[in-house]
Amino acid sequence: MIVILNKDAVSITREQDTILLRNRVKEWATKIGMGLVNQTKLITAASELVRNMLKYARGGVVNIEIVSKGRENGVRLIFIDKGPGIHDINLAMRDGYTTGRSLGLGLPGARRLVNEFEIQSVVNEGTTISITKWKNG
Amino acid sequence: MDRIPILKMGDFLLVTIQVDLYDQLAETLESDLVQMVRKYNSKGVLIDISAVSIIDSFMGRILGNISTMSKIMDAETVVVGMQPAVAITLVELGLPLKGIHCALNVERGMELLRSKITLDIQDDDDYDDSDTE
Repeated sequence: MIVILNKDAVSITREQDTILLRNRVKEWATKIGMGLVNQTKLITAASELVRNMLKYARGGVVNIEIVSKGRENGVRLIFIDKGPGIHDINLAMRDGYTTGRSLGLGLPGARRLVNEFEIQSVVNEGTTISITKWKNG
Repeated sequence: MDRIPILKMGDFLLVTIQVDLYDQLAETLESDLVQMVRKYNSKGVLIDISAVSIIDSFMGRILGNISTMSKIMDAETVVVGMQPAVAITLVELGLPLKGIHCALNVERGMELLRSKITLDIQDDDDYDDSDTE
């Protein structure tokens, strides 16, 4: 069972907010003693997902949670936007697929960098992505 | 608007990224660098990323763009000082930065740039020699 120990939220409306989010995530990750490599992976994944949020949904909210499962602590980030949603999630999760002009690494890359990755999307309503990185994961 | 400073050192351009990058800033750096290569006829570009703690797919792509664009304009690009955690993350992300020359620190990066440029000059000399024969 996953228990939420602490909560924080950052609203994203412009590109510079990405830096704010990265710093906030770093703060929490440091607080639970996450190592530098795992921190970097988590923050990079967050950076990818925030970019998608800004690009396709013009922003949204990111919830930062300190979670605990058994003896393991971790950081969970929940990206919530009210954008156009994703038509075909399986396609969007494929390496190299993009509807924009990017490399198509955002979603699949972010999934590789974290321990848990959940995505829910309803067309015309929005997308919610939840990622978790365990301290020693 | 924020800008990353570009220093001219002889035939080279030196960029030390000391701040957290966001997309607009990286894009501005890309266009500034290409303009400077043309303005100063630079032969090499050295980008120090030792203070950069995060490189994601967008910034990786910008680094690749800078390298390709300068190559087309006859300048070599060397990226130096990548942090180990950043290197690990980039490979797992699926972005191995193919085609970008890297060096461990600024000193070695400068050496690499110089060797690449003298190599080019020697090649040209060889060509001239064969022409006269």
